[in-house]
Amino acid sequence: MTQALLEVEALSMRFGGLLAVDAVGFALQPREVFAIIGPNGAGKTTVFNCISGFYQPSSGRIALAGASIAGLGSHQVARRGVVRTFQNVRLFKAMTALENLLVAQHRQMRASFLAGLFNTPGYRRAEQQALDNALHWLDYMGLRAYANRPAGNLPYGHQRRLEIARCMITRPQVLMLDEPAAGLNPQEKKDLQRMIDALRREHDVAVLLIEHDMGLVMGVSERILVMEYGKPIATGTPEAIRRDERVIKAYLGEA
Amino acid sequence: MDDFLPQLLQQLFNGLSLGAIYALIAIGYTMVYGIIGMINFAHGDIYMIGAYVGLVTLSAIGTQGGVPIWLVIGLMLVVAAVITGVYGFVVEQVAYKPVRSSPRLVALISAIGMSIFLQNWVALGQGARDMAVPQLLPGALQFGGGNGGFEIFIPYTRILIIVVAVVLMVLLTLYIRHSRMGRASRACAQDMHMANLLGINTHRVISFTFILGAVLAAVGGVLIALAVGKLNPFIGFLAGIKAFTAAVLGGIGSIPGAMLGGVLLGVAETLAAAYISSEYKDIVAFTLLVLILLVRPTGLLGKPEVEKV
Amino acid sequence: MAAPTSSRDALRSSLGSALIAAVLTALVTVPIFGLHLERAGMRTVIVPQWSTVAWACALVFAVQLLRPWLARAFAGMPRLQRPQLPAATPRQRQGLLLAALLIAVSWPFFAGRNAVDIATLAMIYVMLGLGLNIVVGFAGLLDLGFVGFYAVGAYTYALLFHWAGWSFWEALPLAGAVAACFGFVLGFPVLRLRGDYLAIVTLGFGEIIRLLLINLTSFTGGPDGISGIPKPTVLGLPLTRSPTTEGGTTFHQFFGLEFQSLHMVIALYLMALTLALVTLWISSRLIRMPIGRAWEALREDEIASRSLGLHPMKIKLSAFTLGAMFAGLGGAFFAARQGIVNPESFTFIESALILAIVVLGGMGSQLGVIVAAIVLTVLPELAREFSEYRMLIFGLVMILMMVWRPQGLLPMQRPHLEVGP
Repeated sequence: MTQALLEVEALSMRFGGLLAVDAVGFALQPREVFAIIGPNGAGKTTVFNCISGFYQPSSGRIALAGASIAGLGSHQVARRGVVRTFQNVRLFKAMTALENLLVAQHRQMRASFLAGLFNTPGYRRAEQQALDNALHWLDYMGLRAYANRPAGNLPYGHQRRLEIARCMITRPQVLMLDEPAAGLNPQEKKDLQRMIDALRREHDVAVLLIEHDMGLVMGVSERILVMEYGKPIATGTPEAIRRDERVIKAYLGEA
Repeated sequence: MDDFLPQLLQQLFNGLSLGAIYALIAIGYTMVYGIIGMINFAHGDIYMIGAYVGLVTLSAIGTQGGVPIWLVIGLMLVVAAVITGVYGFVVEQVAYKPVRSSPRLVALISAIGMSIFLQNWVALGQGARDMAVPQLLPGALQFGGGNGGFEIFIPYTRILIIVVAVVLMVLLTLYIRHSRMGRASRACAQDMHMANLLGINTHRVISFTFILGAVLAAVGGVLIALAVGKLNPFIGFLAGIKAFTAAVLGGIGSIPGAMLGGVLLGVAETLAAAYISSEYKDIVAFTLLVLILLVRPTGLLGKPEVEKV
Repeated sequence: MAAPTSSRDALRSSLGSALIAAVLTALVTVPIFGLHLERAGMRTVIVPQWSTVAWACALVFAVQLLRPWLARAFAGMPRLQRPQLPAATPRQRQGLLLAALLIAVSWPFFAGRNAVDIATLAMIYVMLGLGLNIVVGFAGLLDLGFVGFYAVGAYTYALLFHWAGWSFWEALPLAGAVAACFGFVLGFPVLRLRGDYLAIVTLGFGEIIRLLLINLTSFTGGPDGISGIPKPTVLGLPLTRSPTTEGGTTFHQFFGLEFQSLHMVIALYLMALTLALVTLWISSRLIRMPIGRAWEALREDEIASRSLGLHPMKIKLSAFTLGAMFAGLGGAFFAARQGIVNPESFTFIESALILAIVVLGGMGSQLGVIVAAIVLTVLPELAREFSEYRMLIFGLVMILMMVWRPQGLLPMQRPHLEVGP
């Protein structure tokens, strides 16, 4: 059996007296789309925060391609190839769309400090490369026309796409999307579904998804984890989850 | 070795009285930070103004003329408290209220500007040089000294500091706990927005906080002026930083924390001056500040915060 | 507040607030300006002086009374437009810069000694301002202890001269390096602190450095400092009347020129100008480089930056260390110009002044910082009669600028990387 790309085992997160996440576990396979659903307050974003290094989990094991990443800082987790979007889009609003994508490539800029200072040909090549990458992703997302516009001035749906592009430009192994469909109209949601599917096929990335929109979840996910009050209550394929009694009782009043 | 214990007691007492002053000033810092999240950079200079107003009052009454000493001191404290309270109010209205919703740096610059302004305001008005403060309470309690050993020397002025500080802190704690304004202050410190929605006049609470902090600092200023015997317009800077250190040490936003921090800092500084080196005693405060912020930024009595993502 | 229903109501309400304001002014002014403390022999007496108090109260009363009408009058006037620099093509901009450079280099030969001396001081502050601008304006770090690095640079040169006989140009790089090291070591533990706390801690560090300089007398010369520090040489030759070493030559002897002390003044100015230009060039490059983008991203949203793999500590440290380096270089030059260094030159007020230059100029805006540095250096010299009030006015200006125009004189227009369609 091939090793899972991302393995989470018995993950727990405690805030003082509150157990926000209680023994959550799942395995994410390469190129898989895996969704975490559950009522508000179920602890889904907390799981994200633990995996992405923004919270230090109270206990449990998180491994990326076999190597443990639990307890690493958020920037270290990102460098290993696990990136995420945020519930409230966190773009660099005063910077242009293009610059957002340039900053995301910061780690990949190999040119030295002095090279930059003296604007050497090597440095200029590296900058051009970064620029080309950024333009490529702007085209992919259909945002080329907004390249020079401050990210904060983009329409909401475009901001969400830009945030995903910003994640993808770092060439991640795991892409974590926190409620990417929130605030999108039905057409935009359909586009999002297509995009998620295209990204994992074309760019060899596994997608971990938190989402409330059941249509999107059922349409794009291969497996789903359902959480309630911090605990996992069911894991399985969309069809299995749809029929699971516990899930129906907890959550899926209407599908 | 015989002398060690009496000397230690002497230093502890000195540290306690110094700490009482720090505590009085620190309360002002901690209250303002707790309620609007800003460091009142000019607070130390408010303390200095309190000292000056006390001296002016004293000189106006005159030490001749048969007015009982306790009345003179009382008048000094009251007048200083009132005038400095006004200063606290005006400073907030002029330099802080207009920038309340601006970025942190803007408020900080405004505060620094106000601090520089107040120092030079007093320097222009009363001169930049040291000004002598008459001895109102000469004399001290003396212990020990038998067999030519170390004599513990407890000046009355220092006892006054501790007594007044303790009384004020008890009154303050009772007031915060039981009065309407105290409850409103606590509510604003926890959640300003919500307090506003509930109908609390947050502007008034903020003004009250500044005035109260100024009053306490003024009392500290008058008392220290009497104990030390001199003042100048620039004593607020160092005292302010140290009092802020005390507030952070105890847990910024916590009034009991400010009291605890003040006492701890006073004792630590005095002991360091006595047993390590007196030239470097100011560094003690700064070093403590850095250490606290690195090891336990929420202070001794504060609660650790979790960053919300 | 509900709008007054009639003119009489308006008058009555503003009359009320004017009275209150006047009373407050009286309470505030009387103890400090009204009752003047003076020494009469052994005693301290009060000498009442009511004129200042009366004037202050009258002024405040009048302003408060007329406030609603003044506000309406100002609202009617066209808004004071932020001075828009005319859009210039790169060619024109290059031409302008070249012209400015030529003027900057040649004017001292036609000006008086005093003016050139002030200009040198202004150039030092331009350099310091641009250095702090990297820390505060680009990276958004509240640094109130910049003077500490300035002192380190100055004392590095002074000590290298005093203990080892080094000359200015030999010591300059080391001064920058040592200051940068201090920046790195001090920045390491504290840069993760939140804004306000970082400000106070850096202030503490600045003070610690000053206290150490005062107390380590055997090493640093204590409160008296170190004196006799030589000025920089030009092409290895000193600009003095007679040779500094046995059998050596002076600059004037070498070139067969007549010695004038004015020449040293001009030479110092040109050196300061060079240092300032180098600082400007480096700072301009930095903001266009990836590190500049990283500073801005981190300043805007640290959480998002971390989620992209940006290392907050490394990025902040780079800004802090670079800023410290420029302060160190400026400090070394300051020591050379003054000839003496003592701890009194490196108080918190210096940090506040440099910070004011950055903030009042427009945080992040290099042109704004340059203008502010020149203005804040030259203005006090022009207004010599007001020197007593200088610090008072300085504090007041800081408050007023933050209240009325916090974005600074020339708010930053960051160069955006633009692409065509």
